[in-house]
Amino acid sequence: MGKYVGQSVPRKEGVDKVTGRSLYVDDIVLDGMIHGITVRSSVPRGKILGVRFDPGVPWDEFVIVTAKDIPGRNVVAMLIEDQPFLADDVIRHPDEPVLLLAHPDKHVLAEAREHVHIDVEPLPAVFAIEDALRADTVLFGDDNVFKRFDVSKGDVDAAFARDDVVIVEGTYETGAQEQMYIEPMGMIAVAAPGQGVTVWGSLQCPYYVHKALKPLFDLPAEQVRVVQTVTGGGFGGKEEYPSIIAGHAALLSWKAGGVPVKLIYDRAEDLAATTKRHPSRTRHRTAVTRDGELVAMDVDFALDGGAYATLSAVVLSRGTIHACGPYRCPNARVVARAVATNHPPHGAFRGFGAPQSIFGLERHMDKIARTLGIAPEELRRRNLLATGDTTATSQVIEEAIDLGAMLDDALSQAGWAEKKAAFAAHNADPANTVKKGMGLATFFHGSGFTGSGEVYLASVVGIEAGPGGRCTVLAASTEIGQGTNTIFSQIAADALRLPYELVEVAQPDTARVPDSGPTVASRTTMVVGRLVQDAAESLIHTLRDAGLLGADYSAEQFAAAVDAYRERFGTLRVYSKYKQPPGIVWDDKHYRGAAYAAYGWAAYIAEVEVDTLTYAARVTDFVAVQDIGTLINPLLAAGQVEGGVAQAIGWAVYEGVDWRDGHMANNQMTNYIIPTAADVPPIRVYFHSVPFKYGPSGAKGVGELPMDGPAPAILNAIEDAIGVSLNRAPALPEDIMEAMLAASSQSEAHHG
Amino acid sequence: MRANVASYDVVAPETLAEALTLLADEPGVWTPMAGGTDLMVLFEAGKLPTGRYLSIHGLPELRGITVDDDAVTIGALTTYSEIRDHAVINADLPMLAQAARETGALAIQNRGTLGGNIANASPAADSPPALVAYGAELTLVSAAGTRTVPYRGFHTGYKQMDLRPGELIHSIRVPRRPASEGWVHFYRKVGTRAYQAISKVCFAACARLSDGGVAEVRVGFGSVAPTVLIASALEAALTGARLDDAGLEAAVAAAARHEVAAIDDIRSTARYRTQVSENLAVAFLHALRAGG
Ligand SMILES: Cc1cc2nc3c(=O)[nH]c(=O)nc-3n(C[C@H](O)[C@H](O)[C@H](O)COP(=O)(O)OP(=O)(O)OC[C@H]3O[C@@H](n4cnc5c(N)ncnc54)[C@H](O)[C@@H]3O)c2cc1C
Repeated sequence: MGKYVGQSVPRKEGVDKVTGRSLYVDDIVLDGMIHGITVRSSVPRGKILGVRFDPGVPWDEFVIVTAKDIPGRNVVAMLIEDQPFLADDVIRHPDEPVLLLAHPDKHVLAEAREHVHIDVEPLPAVFAIEDALRADTVLFGDDNVFKRFDVSKGDVDAAFARDDVVIVEGTYETGAQEQMYIEPMGMIAVAAPGQGVTVWGSLQCPYYVHKALKPLFDLPAEQVRVVQTVTGGGFGGKEEYPSIIAGHAALLSWKAGGVPVKLIYDRAEDLAATTKRHPSRTRHRTAVTRDGELVAMDVDFALDGGAYATLSAVVLSRGTIHACGPYRCPNARVVARAVATNHPPHGAFRGFGAPQSIFGLERHMDKIARTLGIAPEELRRRNLLATGDTTATSQVIEEAIDLGAMLDDALSQAGWAEKKAAFAAHNADPANTVKKGMGLATFFHGSGFTGSGEVYLASVVGIEAGPGGRCTVLAASTEIGQGTNTIFSQIAADALRLPYELVEVAQPDTARVPDSGPTVASRTTMVVGRLVQDAAESLIHTLRDAGLLGADYSAEQFAAAVDAYRERFGTLRVYSKYKQPPGIVWDDKHYRGAAYAAYGWAAYIAEVEVDTLTYAARVTDFVAVQDIGTLINPLLAAGQVEGGVAQAIGWAVYEGVDWRDGHMANNQMTNYIIPTAADVPPIRVYFHSVPFKYGPSGAKGVGELPMDGPAPAILNAIEDAIGVSLNRAPALPEDIMEAMLAASSQSEAHHG
Repeated sequence: MRANVASYDVVAPETLAEALTLLADEPGVWTPMAGGTDLMVLFEAGKLPTGRYLSIHGLPELRGITVDDDAVTIGALTTYSEIRDHAVINADLPMLAQAARETGALAIQNRGTLGGNIANASPAADSPPALVAYGAELTLVSAAGTRTVPYRGFHTGYKQMDLRPGELIHSIRVPRRPASEGWVHFYRKVGTRAYQAISKVCFAACARLSDGGVAEVRVGFGSVAPTVLIASALEAALTGARLDDAGLEAAVAAAARHEVAAIDDIRSTARYRTQVSENLAVAFLHALRAGG
C-alpha cells in the first residue's frame, strides 16, 4: 500500500457539497433558458386516438413537441431498440411520455399540462409475472419473455431421483423498490440544427446518454456532448432514464431553435415515471442429504421487466448467476426469464438482480435447515464454497477465500449462540408481546461486468499532466456520492508518487474524457481504478523515457519534468485500456465459465424485534462481515456497507410500491416509506481483506454486495422471532399480521 | 413545487383584534395559516386553493402555556417543541408530550402547532386522540366574542367541525391527570416507521383507577374513522368494571373491533387497523391491571 491508498482521506468534493457550493443541475441557469415539462399517458395500455388541447390557454406561447418532431429515430438506444422517446401510436405503461411542453414560466407550464388530454382506447393490460408467463395477453414477442437464460451443471434430474435425498421446495418473491436518490432527475439541453446537441444533467453514465442522443437526432458522435453535473445519488436509477430526459430537453430546445431548456422532475414525477428494482419470483427445488449436503438445486427465477426491455436482460443475467449462491453443489439448473408487463420499465438498482435471487436462496436455505433440523449456520457451513470449488456456472474459485471464517466471525460478533438462547426464553413468555429473533445470510457478489462484458466495454482512462505538475484523471466514471473522485485521486496520487492535492478528476464531459464505461456493477474502483493506476504508471514511464525524470523525485522535480515535456511536445496525456485478467473464459451460449474476475464475499447477521401488537418488525442490531479485497479508503468502504444495509432494511420491511393499474399510487415520500436514521440500528462493519491480484492495490468492488444479504437475513430473523414464515419482501406490518393470523387459524384448526 | 406563489396573497396582522376584524369584515375569504406545516404540503403538491391567507403565526395572544391547579391551558399557536419540553405536561399529561415527540420530527415539531393540528381536522392527526382521552375543552374566539366547547364532539364529520366562519381556535384547556390521583395513561402511535410517519392507528386512553376498578375512563382513536373517534363502546365496557373480571378482555376486544370504522387506503388496510385497534385496547387493559 502507498501513502494514500488504505487511508481515509477526506472526500475531494466533500467541502463543496456540505457548504452548498456544488451546483446541481437545477441550480444552473443559462441565459434565455426556458422550462420543459412532460405530458404522460394515464392508462397502462392502449392505442392513442388523439391529443386535445383545451381552449383558453395561449398555446402559441408554448413549444410543443410530439413524436412527429423527432429529427432522427424515435427509439432509446439500449440493448434492444423497443422503447420510444415519445409514444406515437401505442401506450405500454401508465406513465409513458407522449408530449412535451416548454414555456419561460414554469408555473404556467404546470397548469397548462392539466389542459392537454391524450385520448386512448384502452387495451387489456398485464401486471403479474405469472400472468405474463401465461401469455394470454401478449405484450412482447410471442410469449412475453424479453430474455431467458439457462444454467446447467451436472445431472439435476438424476440427483433428484436418488433415494438418499430429501427434497425441499419453496417460492419467494420480492417487490419493486425505488432508489430514492436525494436529487430527483433533471437535465438542461441546448440543441439546434447545425449546432449539435449538448446536455448537462444528473446522470451515472455519460456515454449511455451520448449513445441514445446520436440516433435521436441522427447526429455523428462529435456533435453530441454530454456533461455530468454534480449528482445527488443514483444507485442505478440514473443509469438509463437520464437518456430519456436528456432527449426530451434536447428535443424541446431543438424545436425552440437552440434556446436552452431545463427539464427537472419533482419527486412525485420521479417516483412514478422512472425505473425501480425489478419485482421477482424465485422457485426453488433442492435435493439435500439428511446431513445437509446440497446435492442438486433447481431454480426457476423470473423478473418483471415492465413495459420495455431496457436493461432487463443484464439484470436477469446477474440474478441468474447469483441464484445458487456461494455454495458447493454438483448439480444445478437455473431457468431465468425476464417478462414484459405494463408497469413502467424496471431497471438498474444496486445489486442488479442479485438481491432478488439471493433473497430467494437465503430464505430457502433456512427452510432446508428447518426441514432437516440442522442449525441454519451449520447448514451453510457444510456447503460454503472454498478455494478450488466450482460455482453453479462451473467457475473454479481461485481466490484465497475463507467464507467459513467470515461466518464464524459474524456469529461471534453478533453473540449468536447466547442471544439465540436468551431470545428463545424471552419469546416463550406470553407476557412479552415484543418477540426477538436473529437471522443470517452468506453470499457473494461478482465485481464488474459479467463474463466477457468488460472486454466488450474496452474501457479507457486518461491522465493529463498540466502546468505545475497538476494531474487530471480523465474518465467517464461519475462521482454520484460514492467516492469515485476520492478513490481515483488516491490511486493516482500513489501511482504517481505525488501529493493527493496535486491530483484531480475531470468533470465527466464526453467532449473531454474517454469512455471508461458506465458507473455501475461495482466496477469503478476495481476495473476503472486499475486503469487509473495503469495510466498513472505509464505517465511516469513517458517522463522517464524522455529522460526527464529520475528514479526518485520530489513533487517539484515532477513539476519541472512535466513543464519540460510540455515545452518540447505540447500536451502530456496518456491513456490506458482494459486488459482482461488471464484465465477468464466465459461461454455466453451455455452460461458457463468464469462469470466474474472476482467476487466480494460476506456473512451478515440481523437481529430483529417484532411487536405482536402492531406486527411491525424493527432491525435492532446488524453485523456485516465481508471481504472486498484491499480497502482503498476504509471510511468510504464502511460507508458503502452501512448505506447498502440501510437501503436493504428499507427493501426488507418498509418499502412497498402500491401499484394501481400499473401506476405507483404512493409516489410521495410520505407514503412510500423509506427508513430514517431512527429505524436503522447500529451497523457493525468488519472487513476480512484478501487482496485481489488484478484490482488496484488488490481492491475489489463494494457498492452492491451490501444490498444482497440483509433482506433474507432480516426475514430469517422475523421467522426466528415469531415462528411464522414470510416469503415475500417487503414484509410490511400488514403482511406480518396476515401471516400470523393465517398461522394461528391454521394451528387452531389443527388443535381444535 | 407545483403551485405558483404569485397566485397567493398572505396578510400577517400584528394583533388578534386586527385579525378578527379582517375575518369578520370579509367572511369566508380568509384562510388562517399558523405554522403552515399542513398547508405547505398542499402548496407543494399544487393542491392548495389559491386565494387569501391570514398568517396568525405572529399573534402573541394565541401563544403560551399556562398552568393552574386543575388544568393546563395551551395557546393554539403552541408548538410541539414547546409541549414536549413542558414540565407539567410531561408530568400530568404525558400523552400530549408523547404525541408531540412522535409528531413528524424536529423541524415539524418546531413549527407545527396544536391549534393547527386540531383545525386541520385530519383523522390521522396524533394529538386529537390524546385530547379526547383527556377530556379537553376548546376556547374559540371571533369578533363576536368567545365561547368554550368540549373537544369531544368538536369534529362533526370528515373535515367538518364546530368552527364558525370568522372564528379562530384560541386555546386548549386540558384537565390535569396526575398519577398520584390514580390516573393511568396509555398512548400508542402506530406508523410504519419511528418518525416522520402518518399514523395508521393511534390510540390514547386515560383512566382513573380506584379500589381495583375503573372509576373513570376516556379513549380516543386516530386513523380508524372519518374523524378522531371517541371510543364510547370501549369506555362503556370499562367504566365501573372490576379489573379482575375474567370476561373483560373479550368485552374490550369486541367493543374496540365493533366501533372502529377503518378503511383500506394508501397507508394500510381496514383489517390491519381493526386488528391493531383491538390489540391496543387489550394492551391498555393489561396496563390497567399492571397498575399503569
Ligand atoms: C413532514 C411532516 C410530518 C408531519 N407529521 C405529523 C405527525 O406525525 N402527526 C400529525 O398529527 N401531524 C403531522 N403533520 C401535520 C402537521 O404538522 C400538523 O397537523 C400541525 O400540527 C399543523 O399545524 P400548523 O400550525 O402547521 O397548521 P397550518 O398548516 O398552519 O394549518 C392547518 C389548518 O388549520 C387551520 N388553522 C391553523 N391554526 C388555526 C387556528 N388557531 N384557528 C383556526 N384554524 C386554524 C388552517 O387554516 C389550516 O386549515 C406533519 C406534517 C409534515 C409536513
